[in-house]
Amino acid sequence: MAKKEVDDRFKKFGTVSFTAITKTNDFISYLEKGKVMGTRCKECGAIYFPPRSDCSKCFNSNMEWFEVTGTGKLLSFSELKYGPVGFEDDLPYTIALLDYGDYKVFGRISKDMPYEDLDVGMELKTEFNTLPNGQLSYVFKRP
Amino acid sequence: MGKVGIIGVGQSSFVRGYPGSIRELAFEGFKEAMEDAKTQIKDIDASIIASAPEYDKQRSPAGVIAEYLGLIPQPTFYIESVCSSSSSALKVAYSMIKADLHDIVAIIGFQKMSEISSSEAQERMGRGADIQWESPFGTMMPAYYAMYAQAHMAQYGTTGEDLAKIRVKAATYGQINDKAVYRKSVTLEMFTDPESNMSATVAKPLRVGDCCANADGSSCIIVANEEKAKAMCDKPVWILGLGAASEAVNMAGRDLFTGLNVGIEAGKQAYKMAGITPKDIDVAEVHDCFTIAEMMAYENLGFANPGEGKDLIASKETYKEGSIPVNIDGGLLSKGHPIGATGGSQIRTIVLQLRGEAGEMQVKDPEIGLTHNIGGVGLYGNVTILGR
Ligand SMILES: [Zn+2]
Repeated sequence: MAKKEVDDRFKKFGTVSFTAITKTNDFISYLEKGKVMGTRCKECGAIYFPPRSDCSKCFNSNMEWFEVTGTGKLLSFSELKYGPVGFEDDLPYTIALLDYGDYKVFGRISKDMPYEDLDVGMELKTEFNTLPNGQLSYVFKRP
Repeated sequence: MGKVGIIGVGQSSFVRGYPGSIRELAFEGFKEAMEDAKTQIKDIDASIIASAPEYDKQRSPAGVIAEYLGLIPQPTFYIESVCSSSSSALKVAYSMIKADLHDIVAIIGFQKMSEISSSEAQERMGRGADIQWESPFGTMMPAYYAMYAQAHMAQYGTTGEDLAKIRVKAATYGQINDKAVYRKSVTLEMFTDPESNMSATVAKPLRVGDCCANADGSSCIIVANEEKAKAMCDKPVWILGLGAASEAVNMAGRDLFTGLNVGIEAGKQAYKMAGITPKDIDVAEVHDCFTIAEMMAYENLGFANPGEGKDLIASKETYKEGSIPVNIDGGLLSKGHPIGATGGSQIRTIVLQLRGEAGEMQVKDPEIGLTHNIGGVGLYGNVTILGR
């Protein structure tokens, strides 16, 4: 009997992925095309980032994808001097949160932006990147 | 419906590398609470065990601990909300008693953080957030709180020195609490001295001195219905208000970064239930896992207006002699933070304060006390108000 194909695309997300199987696996296929995507409920219009496969506003699972475009306002950030297991080679790195108005995006600041240049309130864009270990992710950069 | 009273409190010393098993650790807090309550094991109708399971090797520890403490065949329950597990357990115990299902319930919180190796602990730390969408970026507990600190600084002009003042206060009282893991003094100068470990960056803008001490420990709170509490206890402490709240696990799902919504929401519920306002609180224990967490607690609980927490600590109003003494047992920063035991230890401190039995830590004649216990990075919040 043929082995059932497992859709474990999500294991490719981030320096270390902690989960492989999710109904939002298309997020990875969009990333491979250079697009960072969220989901929108086709019934009530609720917008989700990170993307969700189910709408908790109207209990529908009828979702469509939308692309994260333009810039978001830097809400906060922190540069880490210590990291969890598996992130040693990335240190130091800066995690951050951008506000796009209808949704927020959590991620990392691009390595080429010094910590000293960061200010709460500045506008940054979200861009797909490939990590040194071949994993897929996205970073925040100057527009 | 009658009241629910606390008739016994206990805790182990909070230590690094407890030289015993989780059951032996749990026994220490339980024994002290049983001696305090002057009650017998047969009088305890049910137990609730609280811990964060990711630090345990033992699966389903409730039954194992209940048996070791002699609490079988009574029912036992396991309650988890990470760092606020034992406060959540208190709310469940209160409900069980109010529902007339049980007369006396023991809540035993414990954590043996040294149960797992430091590399195992490191690995688990990476999974403390939303493992699908945030952990892949390499998040850590201190870095999340550092983001709150960064936002607080940007909005209100709070400084690293303002935060350091909170640590200095904690260390002042950690030195007089013989159950505390960190018994040394901390000065403001240490935070700017590159030779001092306190000044070393963990996650900007937070430094080692801004972070609480990991510890192994246990705590126990014994609660009873009004009739039993009055019959068995000379100085029962009554549960006047209970608030509990939850929040989005990922930062992207939140709308406040200068405070914790769970602290605000749980506080509102507890004040409403007790029928009091923040001004009525005479002594408080707040969740200072990081200095910024205590700063936000001042503001979220209404001890200070948003952005004015720094003035409250600068004027020393949260010291023992101040208008709203906070964490006069050293707090998580100096007493230590054994996850599942922490809430119970906060409750114990307030009970001792209200009974006038807090020794060197005693504040002047308090009538109403409050505990504020947060789970995760504001994922869960519990506020409990107690009165004589
Ligand atoms: Zn919907």
